[in-house]
Amino acid sequence: MFRLTFLGPALTVLLLAGPVGFGLAGTVLPAFGISPGFGGGSFGLHYFRELFAQPALFCSMTLSLTSGLASAVLSLLIVMLFTAAFAGTATFRRMQHLLGPLLSLPHAAAALAIAFLIAPSGMIMRLISPELTGWERPPDLLIVHDPLALSMIGALVAKEVPFLLLMTLAALPQAPVERVCQLTGALGYGRVAGFIHGAWPGIYRQIRLPVFAVIAFASSNVEVALILGPTQPQTLAARLVTWMSDPDLSQRYLASAGALLQLGVTGLAFAIWLGLERLCAALRNKAACGGLRMRRDRAVQVVSLTAMILAAGAIFAGLAALAVWSFAGLWQFPDFLPGSFTLRNWMKALPRVVEPLGTTLTIGVASAFIAAILSVLCFVHEDRTGKRAGRGGQALIYLPLIVPQVTFIFGLQFLLVASGWLATLPALLFAHLVFVMPYAYLCLKDPWRSFDRRYEQVAAGLGKSPMTTLFRIRLPMMLRPLLVLFAIGFSVSVGLYLPTVLIGAGRLTTITSEAVALASGGNRRIIGVYAFFQMLLPVAGFAIATLVPALIFRRFRGMQV
Amino acid sequence: MALALVLNQRRNDPEVYVLKRLTIALSLSIAGSFAHAHSPDLANWESVEAEARGQTVYFNAWGGAENINAYLEWVGEELRDCCDIKLVHVKLDDTANAVAKVVAERAAGRDEGGSVDLIWINGENFASMKERGLLLEKGWAEKLPNWGYVDVENKPTVLNDFTTPVEGQAAPWGMAKLVFFHDSARLQEDALPSSAEELLEWAQANPGRFSYPSPPDFIGSSFLKQVLIETVGDAAVLQQPADEADFETESAPLFDYLDRLHKVAWREGRAFPQNYPAMKQLLADGELEIIFAFNPSEASNAIANFELPDTVRSFTFEEGTLGNTHFVAIPYNASAKAGALVTANFLMSPEAQLRKQDPEVWGDPTVLGMDKLPEPLQAGFAALDLGIATLAPEELGPVLEEPHPSWMERVEEAWKRRYTVGN
Repeated sequence: MFRLTFLGPALTVLLLAGPVGFGLAGTVLPAFGISPGFGGGSFGLHYFRELFAQPALFCSMTLSLTSGLASAVLSLLIVMLFTAAFAGTATFRRMQHLLGPLLSLPHAAAALAIAFLIAPSGMIMRLISPELTGWERPPDLLIVHDPLALSMIGALVAKEVPFLLLMTLAALPQAPVERVCQLTGALGYGRVAGFIHGAWPGIYRQIRLPVFAVIAFASSNVEVALILGPTQPQTLAARLVTWMSDPDLSQRYLASAGALLQLGVTGLAFAIWLGLERLCAALRNKAACGGLRMRRDRAVQVVSLTAMILAAGAIFAGLAALAVWSFAGLWQFPDFLPGSFTLRNWMKALPRVVEPLGTTLTIGVASAFIAAILSVLCFVHEDRTGKRAGRGGQALIYLPLIVPQVTFIFGLQFLLVASGWLATLPALLFAHLVFVMPYAYLCLKDPWRSFDRRYEQVAAGLGKSPMTTLFRIRLPMMLRPLLVLFAIGFSVSVGLYLPTVLIGAGRLTTITSEAVALASGGNRRIIGVYAFFQMLLPVAGFAIATLVPALIFRRFRGMQV
Repeated sequence: MALALVLNQRRNDPEVYVLKRLTIALSLSIAGSFAHAHSPDLANWESVEAEARGQTVYFNAWGGAENINAYLEWVGEELRDCCDIKLVHVKLDDTANAVAKVVAERAAGRDEGGSVDLIWINGENFASMKERGLLLEKGWAEKLPNWGYVDVENKPTVLNDFTTPVEGQAAPWGMAKLVFFHDSARLQEDALPSSAEELLEWAQANPGRFSYPSPPDFIGSSFLKQVLIETVGDAAVLQQPADEADFETESAPLFDYLDRLHKVAWREGRAFPQNYPAMKQLLADGELEIIFAFNPSEASNAIANFELPDTVRSFTFEEGTLGNTHFVAIPYNASAKAGALVTANFLMSPEAQLRKQDPEVWGDPTVLGMDKLPEPLQAGFAALDLGIATLAPEELGPVLEEPHPSWMERVEEAWKRRYTVGN
């Protein structure tokens, strides 16, 4: 029975590589006009010719590329400087707790929150109008959907900063930060410069894959682009989704060709990033060898802290505004608060929330549960054989996060339509699991490996079987990380937009897919209700992950935090 | 006694029981497969209703407006209670997506058991489905029990959708008329434009206060059609397919108009609202001064929902504005044809139409003829308070006919080429 643990890694590899591989094939073939069972296509390169004849295609590509790179550069820079300036301080710990909940917030909710804040009729304008600006009516400014995608980049940065900070946090214990900083400090380097010269290279090596995941997401996401991104033209990924749903079948071939182009754009972003890495390393070496000590780095500290607070504060303030909107009666510009409050919006929306909520919960819980089992099997197998996943294995875990979603979800949809599985619960669960699995695995990796194995040795010494040890000792003692895994997996599933829209095909909807659909209509009251659930679900997951172990372990002193 | 014994024995005999169940199951499954292969028998409405029981109807309808979603929620409850039908509203952001699904299914050879049972449709989507033969056979709508109430005589668009003859392949659901809205607290009534040309002049005098949803949004495209009708040399050419006319020449005044409008439009034409609910919010915020919708009660409905202040009023153009009918249609490969028929019939029922026209609910005008309804139902319609911001039917002005659907396709394509530009 215990020998079956090999199923863990095997299934995981299948789950991660299968959909990406088959999905990519399902995208590549139609791009060249080959699509068994679909008809309408003819072999050749003409879909690419048609693609490049689309108006302003180059502009869409540039937007995807630059917004992807800019979001990654900015968020990484903020995280690096903040860690450099504050690692080990109370400020750092406080910020870590503040940003934690943001990690689990769906991208769509964060984008909506930011949109409500910065729009010409948004909360910031309401706060300063008409007293400071004299505006009785919102100014005619193109802030949301701005052609340079600045608001979209801002939202992406605000959402990726918590992610990268958490990844950095996981990498910190393995870098001798304190000793390095003492050494560089003794050599006369400022705190920030010393950290960047001495400790950062080791940390960056560990968070490199997450950074690539950020680039991939930022250069190919759909939901943030729809809510905040430019409209004339849209980013490449957003246009792909439009083509995919065109009644004209040939547009699907166009979309497939476009998806390949997206793959190229994201690939180009990776290549530029690799160049940037070298450039920055060279600059750093030059600075280090040149003796640039930056002893007075107070300004850097202030800037990085401000950026951190802005990122978190913007989303929290936007969410608060959304919450107020959901209870608002008539609320005209420039009033800072609604003229009246009403429960009507909630009464109207709640009956319609029930079904997507049910789907969200079912898919979220099921995918987190399956991902938890698979991860545990993987690690048990690892313990049993003593072989750890190598670099290739690591990269495989990140595969669904690094290959742009649109490029393989399209192909997956093709396959599911052909097999009649589209818009079924198992298909949607499967699609979500592809994205939940990497996070589940990464989340369990460190706690599992740092477990004190002497407990198991004692159990074995008392004559207990490996199975008994696993279920009576290991898993109960790992309840806390397992529940955190569960909460993270669940929140990843809640936040997924594109897989839900394409695989659910409108028949199966979740809170997130409904919220993005409603965003176009601009009914802020109803969006407020949906955003509340988007917020509530992950928070509930984490509350359970915190409270249950506290309750169960209340009589075990050694198990308390 | 012997008989009783036999009966007794039969009842207790498990084998007989199993056989009986098996026969029932078999005959049911045969009936089931029969139902798939053949369309429900409309001549026998009771059999349609019987077949519809227990079916799930996937109604693909635009889902961008909360009041409409709420109305469909109510329809679902009614159908569940009366007819044991489960109605699922598949919320679309563009009806073309539902057409795409049917097209894809046909291409994949799924001629039965399709994923779309009922579509909210009109215009080019209807024309395209009809032309490709993707709809249930002709004449079904006119055989529905509630067809008798439809105002065929005074509402010609229930028979002719955008110049395409409907021929009973779609059931009329509601009437639409392009109506403009403004906030009377900010904009005086005597300043209101009364034609597309005056609207442009008004926009030039009030830069940044007018816009329209970007095509292919249905309402945005309708605005383009309104301008096209008003600017084209001879409106009669629009009733013919666009290929038969000189599209470039005929549409030149429209794009000239748009070029001038965009210069003074909201955000200088660099961004557009995504649909009409978004324009409603912009009117409430004071970003836009004049907005429009296809539903004359839109503003009254929005006032009831606190989305607009109660100072908003309606107006139309003197020479008339676009008007049409929207329908529900059934794809040829629908899984629940009987359920879809019963749903379409219910949507046309006086009861459902009355509730639909209530501005507190939706405010969408009925397709039924008042003189055809029984007395108490007429009274129900007469008693409806259309709301403070709704024009009376006689104030709505003349109806302009929809151009041939091909014009819309060409205009949308040309619009995309002209205005989707990188800065």
